[in-house]
Amino acid sequence: MKKILLSVLILALGTFLILNLLIGKNEFQNNLPELKEKYAKKEKTAADHTKFTQLQKDFTRPQDVTAACITCHNERHTEVMKTSHWNWERTEYITGKGIKRVGKKNILNNFCIGIAGNETSCNKCHIGYGWDDPNFDFTDPTNVDCLACHDNSNEYMKQNGGAGMPDPSVDLAFVAQRVGKPQRTNCGTCHFLGGGGNNVKHGDLETELFSTTRDIDVHMGVDGSDLNCVDCHTAENHQMKGKVFSLSSMNKDRSECETCHSNLPHENSVLNEHTQKVACQTCHIPLYAKVNPTKMTWDWSTAGKLKDGQPITEFDSLGKESYTSLKGNFTWGKNVEPEYIWFNGTASHYLLGDTMNPDETLQLNQLYGSYEDPAAKIIPVKIHRAKQIYDKEYMYLIQPKTVSNFEGDGGFWREFDWNRASEEGMKRLNLPYSGSYDFVKTEMTWPLNHMVSTKEQSLSCDDCHTRENGRLASLTDFYLPGRDYSPAVDMFGAGVIFFTALGIVTHAIARFMKWKKKKEGGKEDDVKKEEQGNEK
Amino acid sequence: MKSNKRTEKVYVYRSYERFWHWSQALLMILLMVTGFEIHGSISFFGFEYAVSIHSTAAIILVILTVFTIFWHLSTGEWRQYIPTRQNIKAQLHYYVFGIFEDAPHPFRKTKLSKLNPLQKLVYASLKVIIIPLMIVTGLAYLYYRYPHYNKIAHLNIAGLEVIALLHTFGAFLLVAFFLAHLYLMTTGETVTSNLKAMITGYEELEADEKKEVINEIITESPEVISEKETLS
Repeated sequence: MKKILLSVLILALGTFLILNLLIGKNEFQNNLPELKEKYAKKEKTAADHTKFTQLQKDFTRPQDVTAACITCHNERHTEVMKTSHWNWERTEYITGKGIKRVGKKNILNNFCIGIAGNETSCNKCHIGYGWDDPNFDFTDPTNVDCLACHDNSNEYMKQNGGAGMPDPSVDLAFVAQRVGKPQRTNCGTCHFLGGGGNNVKHGDLETELFSTTRDIDVHMGVDGSDLNCVDCHTAENHQMKGKVFSLSSMNKDRSECETCHSNLPHENSVLNEHTQKVACQTCHIPLYAKVNPTKMTWDWSTAGKLKDGQPITEFDSLGKESYTSLKGNFTWGKNVEPEYIWFNGTASHYLLGDTMNPDETLQLNQLYGSYEDPAAKIIPVKIHRAKQIYDKEYMYLIQPKTVSNFEGDGGFWREFDWNRASEEGMKRLNLPYSGSYDFVKTEMTWPLNHMVSTKEQSLSCDDCHTRENGRLASLTDFYLPGRDYSPAVDMFGAGVIFFTALGIVTHAIARFMKWKKKKEGGKEDDVKKEEQGNEK
Repeated sequence: MKSNKRTEKVYVYRSYERFWHWSQALLMILLMVTGFEIHGSISFFGFEYAVSIHSTAAIILVILTVFTIFWHLSTGEWRQYIPTRQNIKAQLHYYVFGIFEDAPHPFRKTKLSKLNPLQKLVYASLKVIIIPLMIVTGLAYLYYRYPHYNKIAHLNIAGLEVIALLHTFGAFLLVAFFLAHLYLMTTGETVTSNLKAMITGYEELEADEKKEVINEIITESPEVISEKETLS
């Protein structure tokens, strides 16, 4: 008997040990002090470029600056010319569509739609000089614009409508002598102002980040770690880490929180467990467009209304444009709660010439993932909803020519004629235009990664684990504690508890009545009972 | 009632049993409140605290259960729960009719047999079905993702739904049991006699002529009986 008892005890202890091993070491890795120390050391450029004779020239052409750079940094241009910053396309495997060369060059969005025919304006943000038509020479190294990214003087700027050429006011020699590692302004000039204005596209990238506080962006706040874009978006041979899935399709070369913070950054192991299914951004970016509004919807179908032959502009309560004759109707959002989706790192895109169904909302970029997918996590996104032009016969999206450089070139922003704009735009893409157009609803999904909030502002458990109106209310392909329940089980449970309670109350009342009656009935009754008891 | 029956003070619930009963009661109440908060039915601690209290209380309860199983086995007390078909009807009849007639309890509580046939049935099914269900689903709920962390993929569970629904199902039954238990506690010789017994360990029990001798021995030394069993 004692042996049995001893073995039971040992068995119990053994079970606990095994359980403990299975639970594993969920180690909290707090490397914040090291990170703070690492990024406290701000690098200084090793070389003083003002002393290089190659740069002490009176440059008249920006291409000559590039040629001068290459004399020392030889072969660097070959690295640049392999990047998507230069090519505006890269090779992607797109699920269901195969291997494609895709990028800004040929992908349509639902903001200004596409670059073809509009190069003079759009390609201001290309890291090259003079890409104003399809004949641009992508093989000429002197076309590479080193200064756009490496100017540290803050004096360099590209010309509006100049197809990437510098503004004539820029002193090229002055800028060329003050180059270094990319700063926030180098990246932000294009990435904060995409889509035609501040914060129009992303919602989490805007001019506030040129100089912000921890309260707005925990990484970039000048009162905090004061990180630069390139501290996270590191580069090797000019290949930058990080990509945006409006253009990318594959799960590679991503810039991730885990690189610095590991996937076990919390003291609380339950929170660490969440990192398997929930991206860091989901809890740590509770709101976007925290300072300046971002564009939420864009209705191109109303564009072109003129007053006395002149284009008009209307404004909303945020002071942002709500209507322009050039672009149609907009709505803007500030302090917006993200929408949430499953994302496994792969995406599909609407490609030029793909046929579509005008009765359905067309997804210009579809981000893949589901609960079942072990690679997928919940991420926060901005979804930009628009109505944009399509060809009613060919059933594909039209890329209109919007920018107009001269009278009669068909640009919508001068002529306000959709037929002419469509004709000219599609001619550039070598796709036929039938002559009849309409507008279709489209959506574009933008993952949110920036303007990370402080931990105090992050989401708390109750934001998702709640019955009604939780943040994850739209993700219904899994059981979420606190939100989900089985109506059948709950109905059964309520029934069992109700009838138990009912039984108790009835029984108690009956007992009480009997007791009261007995008390009033006096001793007679008592005596009877006693007699009965004795008989038994 | 008290007048003509010979009663005596009997040591019914030993100190470990009482410790187990009350700590289990406290843990169960905590688990109920926090559990139904996690379920989304009530709001009291806030979800985060509810989860940590629930998880901690659950682990303590599992440890307590392991010790209690050991106690039951080593003392032989587990035999108390062996269900019997005998007298179930009589016990039911008492609760439905007899109790109002001031009829005597059909079951005589003694040190060796503390549970009436209905209690035996209910407690046995709790111990054999509901509690194991709650522990198994609860541990799965707590740890179902961790094996995946350590790359033991085959232990990975696709989702919480089945686990959570079984756990909820058991929880509802336990709440119903808890309510009934609280009420039936008042149906002893007097309204508070059962409660007093579980607090002090001693209860005024009807003296049994045949078992009187044994009872006296037990009252004097609770260890004797278990030693006797061990020897047998």
